Amino acid sequence: MSEVDAARSWRRFDRRRRIGRFVGVLAALSVFVASWRFLDTGITNVETVPREIRDLLTRMYPPDVAYAPEIVDPLVETLHIAALGTLGALVLAVPVALLAAENTTPNAVTYWLGKLVVTVSRSVNTIVWALIFVVVFGSGPLAGAVAIAFRSVGFLGKLLGEEIEEIDFGQVEAVRAAGASSTQVLLYGILPQVKPALVGLSVYRWDINVRDSTILGFVGAGGIGVQLFRAVNAFAWQSVSMILIVILGVVLASEGLSASARRMTR
Amino acid sequence: MTLDVTGLRKTYESGDEALKGVDLTVDGSETTAMIGPSGAGKSTFIRCVNRLTEPTAGTVELDGTDLTALDDDGLRAARRDIGMIFQEYNLVERLTVMENVLTGRLGYVSAWRAFRRNFPPEDVERAYEVLERVGLADMENKRVDELSGGQRQRVGIARAVVQQPKILLVDEPTSSLDPETSNTVMRLLTEIAAEREVPVLINIHEVDLAVDHADRIVGLHDGEVVFEGSADDLGDDALDRVYRGGDPPESREPTASESEAVIEDGAANDSVVRDGVVSADGRAPDRSTSGGS
Repeated sequence: MSEVDAARSWRRFDRRRRIGRFVGVLAALSVFVASWRFLDTGITNVETVPREIRDLLTRMYPPDVAYAPEIVDPLVETLHIAALGTLGALVLAVPVALLAAENTTPNAVTYWLGKLVVTVSRSVNTIVWALIFVVVFGSGPLAGAVAIAFRSVGFLGKLLGEEIEEIDFGQVEAVRAAGASSTQVLLYGILPQVKPALVGLSVYRWDINVRDSTILGFVGAGGIGVQLFRAVNAFAWQSVSMILIVILGVVLASEGLSASARRMTR
Repeated sequence: MTLDVTGLRKTYESGDEALKGVDLTVDGSETTAMIGPSGAGKSTFIRCVNRLTEPTAGTVELDGTDLTALDDDGLRAARRDIGMIFQEYNLVERLTVMENVLTGRLGYVSAWRAFRRNFPPEDVERAYEVLERVGLADMENKRVDELSGGQRQRVGIARAVVQQPKILLVDEPTSSLDPETSNTVMRLLTEIAAEREVPVLINIHEVDLAVDHADRIVGLHDGEVVFEGSADDLGDDALDRVYRGGDPPESREPTASESEAVIEDGAANDSVVRDGVVSADGRAPDRSTSGGS
């Protein structure tokens, strides 16, 4: 081999892009530093942290098993809030998804309407929705279920809409070419294609909703959160730990259930 | 049954002129094959007939009803009489064979009955019969995504035939299939159509298959009909007109005078030229007499 004349050079990014990338990293770092300083966050008394944790754990131990029967009813209520909220969301989310998907929405106005519903629903936290509906319906599980539904509509509408945009439109056209009505096109051309996603997403959202509905009680919207909030305020740490263990169990169970449900629908 | 297409034009939003005024009549129970290079407008033509693609201008008359003038409900009713078979089968993959075949009856049942898969017994019986005819007996509960390409296209044929259509539109039925399966599928298609006396308008780019199975051949080049005649009349220069058109189709920007010139080149051997259409059997393409044979 003769000596190579390195006449050609290669860089992944040109000069402008390199400067741009450098500025980007610098900006991210400055945001981090600025936030840190604004919040004046400093762990000043590090030595007390382990002591406080140990203290809390000793007060929580042993969990108050005798308290368990009292939380069965609120727990069942929590599960019902999650189920009802998810079902309600599902009913509302299907039309929203059809509006928010580019290939099924009738026109530009309906498309933006769909996107608007999705955005509004998603940008408001469940607990804020709950505050609103506690005012509307009074405190209790109904406010909780409606809050769950309103938050979930955006989630389901957005993800289901994206699934609808991914479908094979040839299958839809074939159904339409046979003289099917638009409802029938929906049932035979679109629904079968998004069914696994529909089931998977609703179960996944139900799973999230079980967790969300455990804290709805903090604002009076029913469920086990009412008990938890009361126990924390009363410094009844052994009851708190009992509630937390039960919530953990329910969340684990719902996660297992949702995983197997999604496996079943292919 | 008569399908009468007059002056059909389609200009896409991009400005592409896919069809530049196509006239075509299909009647009786003959099989008409439309050949032409890719991009000639074959698919656009077929899709304009049942308005899966909206034509820009022209009329499509099925037994005297102008399909281009129908409103949504009218179009839906008219589509029940037009069976369509697709290149990529376009079966609903996650549904069973039976559900796919019964899709052909959707135009006759309510959405609620369709949702509950509660079809009239006659429709189910008809579906079973068609499935047996296409060689898929006992496959009704298989999901379509478990089937082979050839089997899928048989389901596609069954779905179109169970509509009891007045005409079958077939868009490149074999381009996803191997040569042997292509031949079987084409034979099945033309046989069923003949049994039921349904005329077939079929898009195909494989000339051999068209010659073997069609009664009449229409050659489309760059959005215009450049040949119309029986399979026997499809000589080398006719093929040359359809597939070369004087120039490679990609690089061609034809003007009116240019395509005239191309036709006249070929016309030395053929008999009659009129409006850029050559009828190889010596007749001008008179609407009332164009019947191939």
